[in-house]
Amino acid sequence: MSAIRPQHPDISDDMWIKVDEIIDTNKNTDGSIITVLRECQGTVGYLPVELIDYISAGMNLPNSNVYGVASFYSLFSMTPKGRHTIKVCTGTACYVKGIKEVIIRIGDKYKVGEGGTTEDRRFSLEPVRCLGACGLAPVMVIGEDTHGDVSADKVIDIVDQYK
Amino acid sequence: MEKLTVQTLSEMQQRLKSEFEASKKTYLLICGGTGCHATGSIKVKDALAGELEAKGLNEKVQIVETGCNGFCAMGPLMVVHPDGIFYQKMKVDDIEEIVTSHLINKKPVERLLYKDPVTKKFIPRHDEIPFFAHQMPRVLRNKGVIDPESISDYIARDGYSAAAKALFDMGPEDIVAEVKTSGIRGRGGAGFPTGMKWDFTRASKGDTKYVLCNADEGDPGAFMDRSILEADPHAVLEGMIIAAKAINSKKGYIYARTEYPLAISRLQIAITAAKEMGLLGENILGSGFDFDVEIYQGAGAFVCGEETALMRSIEGQRGMPRPRPPFPAHKGLWEKPTILNNVETLANIPQIIINGGAWYASVGTETSKGTKVFALSGDINNIGLVEVPMGTTLRSIVYDIGGGIPNKRKFKGVQLGGPSGGCVPEHLLDTPVDYEAIAKVGAIMGSGGAIVMDDRTCMVDMARFFMDFIQDESCGKCTPCREGTRRLLEILEKICDGKGVPEDIDLMLELSEMIKDSALCGLGQTGPNPVLSSLRYFRDEFDAHINEKRCPAKRCAALLKFEVDPDLCKKCGMCFKACPADAITWQKKEVAVIDKEKCIKCMTCFEKCKFDAIF
Ligand SMILES: Cc1cc2nc3c(=O)[nH]c(=O)nc-3n(C[C@H](O)[C@H](O)[C@H](O)COP(=O)(O)O)c2cc1C
Ligand code: FES
Repeated sequence: MSAIRPQHPDISDDMWIKVDEIIDTNKNTDGSIITVLRECQGTVGYLPVELIDYISAGMNLPNSNVYGVASFYSLFSMTPKGRHTIKVCTGTACYVKGIKEVIIRIGDKYKVGEGGTTEDRRFSLEPVRCLGACGLAPVMVIGEDTHGDVSADKVIDIVDQYK
Repeated sequence: MEKLTVQTLSEMQQRLKSEFEASKKTYLLICGGTGCHATGSIKVKDALAGELEAKGLNEKVQIVETGCNGFCAMGPLMVVHPDGIFYQKMKVDDIEEIVTSHLINKKPVERLLYKDPVTKKFIPRHDEIPFFAHQMPRVLRNKGVIDPESISDYIARDGYSAAAKALFDMGPEDIVAEVKTSGIRGRGGAGFPTGMKWDFTRASKGDTKYVLCNADEGDPGAFMDRSILEADPHAVLEGMIIAAKAINSKKGYIYARTEYPLAISRLQIAITAAKEMGLLGENILGSGFDFDVEIYQGAGAFVCGEETALMRSIEGQRGMPRPRPPFPAHKGLWEKPTILNNVETLANIPQIIINGGAWYASVGTETSKGTKVFALSGDINNIGLVEVPMGTTLRSIVYDIGGGIPNKRKFKGVQLGGPSGGCVPEHLLDTPVDYEAIAKVGAIMGSGGAIVMDDRTCMVDMARFFMDFIQDESCGKCTPCREGTRRLLEILEKICDGKGVPEDIDLMLELSEMIKDSALCGLGQTGPNPVLSSLRYFRDEFDAHINEKRCPAKRCAALLKFEVDPDLCKKCGMCFKACPADAITWQKKEVAVIDKEKCIKCMTCFEKCKFDAIF
């Protein structure tokens, strides 16, 4: 089928098999590139350059087109992520309720900036625009867990549980 | 599963209804919205199931996991039916007591009931709690009542009757006429009359047409659409079927925010069940009409909520808007005639078809009919989802339903319509919920986010925050929006940093007018609103920042001294205990002192001090 799989330290053989499946399922559907990128990122954790090239070839789309899409949408990341992604809501309700202080506190403790990853790849800190849980503001999501009402003085206790 | 026909659908409704009426069961309606999941409702539900089993109550009591009940700040929540008793903030440890005391001994557990913050009295019944009592649930009629993952729960509440009526008894013109009579206007923000939009698309030539549902809800502080999808996904699907019949479309897409995993999963369950029962797909209910729906997940770009950008995104491109005309009614998705409607708009449609447009229009104001859902959040006691008749005043929403401002703080403003909406100040709180009336006071109805701010909110900082959002989300296609919003942001940042000069105000006003007049899409055209709206009502705060280098709300760190006022300090030590940098010295009965060398300006002490003693 598609191009030869490039070598990449972050992409295991199992992941490549999954990637091929994703491409196969979607390659004949118009407009499915966003779905393919999302699912591939879900499999690999991020979108390395080699993977984007491979996807472009498999989907029969110009590289420039696929890069264009990947860089436009904030969901997609071309750099590796930490083991845990801390999504901090920077929506209005959370801002009014003090998410700024929460972000400062996390950044201070783990030495990580917004959009960055800690050196030991333990955490990525990702600001998101409203998680739709404004009733619990300020809100933070780590992995699949939503944490509401996270004041600056409580936040480190929560984050520190994720090793 | 056997596919339903109109005949069997109606039989099924009758059967489910009489079963429910004959049932002597007690139902425990436990909220399973995103909010309650986060506060632990799943564990509470499991504990309840275990306890019912242990006490042998399985036959008599049934647990129903509903969608968002609306009173999000009080979760995990449960309503006991038929008694109507409302429980809040339940913990796993409370379950045994609820089962024994309430279900067995018929004595509700008082400490878990709602307590009125003013009278301090317990209000046991759900429908007597002011938060619910002042609402008019129409779109949200099934919220907290049905299990959103059960299609028969929806059918039992007359679900899909409207689709049946539209498919069998109405032609496209009849449907459009009914929607026009209802007067409903788009709930996604712009307020365009839905009937007219449908009529244009109906009249548009072409064999292939699309129905799109906008579930992108990018507006931060808005969670109406998420809650509708989580609580009553079939209502949206039914609305789409009716729209499809009106324009003769075979295919629909729901463009959903990827940040809403629970809503997406419930929608998917609903679509699968509807297909299995012949309510979607080929030959719906035996009518010969085919219509299929697919979910398309967004990828985190606010501008994709704009209609033309949304269509580009479904086509797999960068979600950039294009100039209109041509309008989507003529050239939409894949250049075909397309209807795009918001989740709440579509969820209203089945009731308009069943009860008639005149019924719908019987509530509301001259130009704004029906009800509107708001997501009430921020500095307010009763945070949650609220549905009120158009014409209700903002004051009633904030005080009667919202229960006012917590911590004895003062109301400063309520932001409507998202970042590019506007802030309504105290003296205009009697403005009714009405598209035109809200526009007149410089805000927009928007999609329904209502964020309340108290006197600790700095309006210059908020303007900076909103501008940061808009600048960040600008897609970059047109220069006024891309460059103009960035310049506005720079000026606002400068003012917050204490480096503003008086000329900045005029410069911002001039830039704002230019951006408004020349930007390509709604994002840019409304982009300068945070500046214009806050200058309109909170000019004094800008002046204080610029001329006196003072932030009256004490939020802008660069303008604060980080010192304790010995006259105001009550020597409580709260700041000392909270400081993460050990920068505060304090002893009992002594005024706290902040060591500026150690202070990291994290603002925690400002947050903690109840006496506004730090400046
Ligand atoms: C920048 C921008 C963002 C928008 N975001 C949304 C959104 O998240 N949800 C929505 O329903 N409409 C949004 N809209 C409005 C849509 O363009 C469109 O008017 C609406 O979905 C039409 O449906 P309605 O007539 O039922 O309101 C947005 C518009 C703009 C300009
Ligand atoms: S603003 Fe944070 S969840 Fe909505």
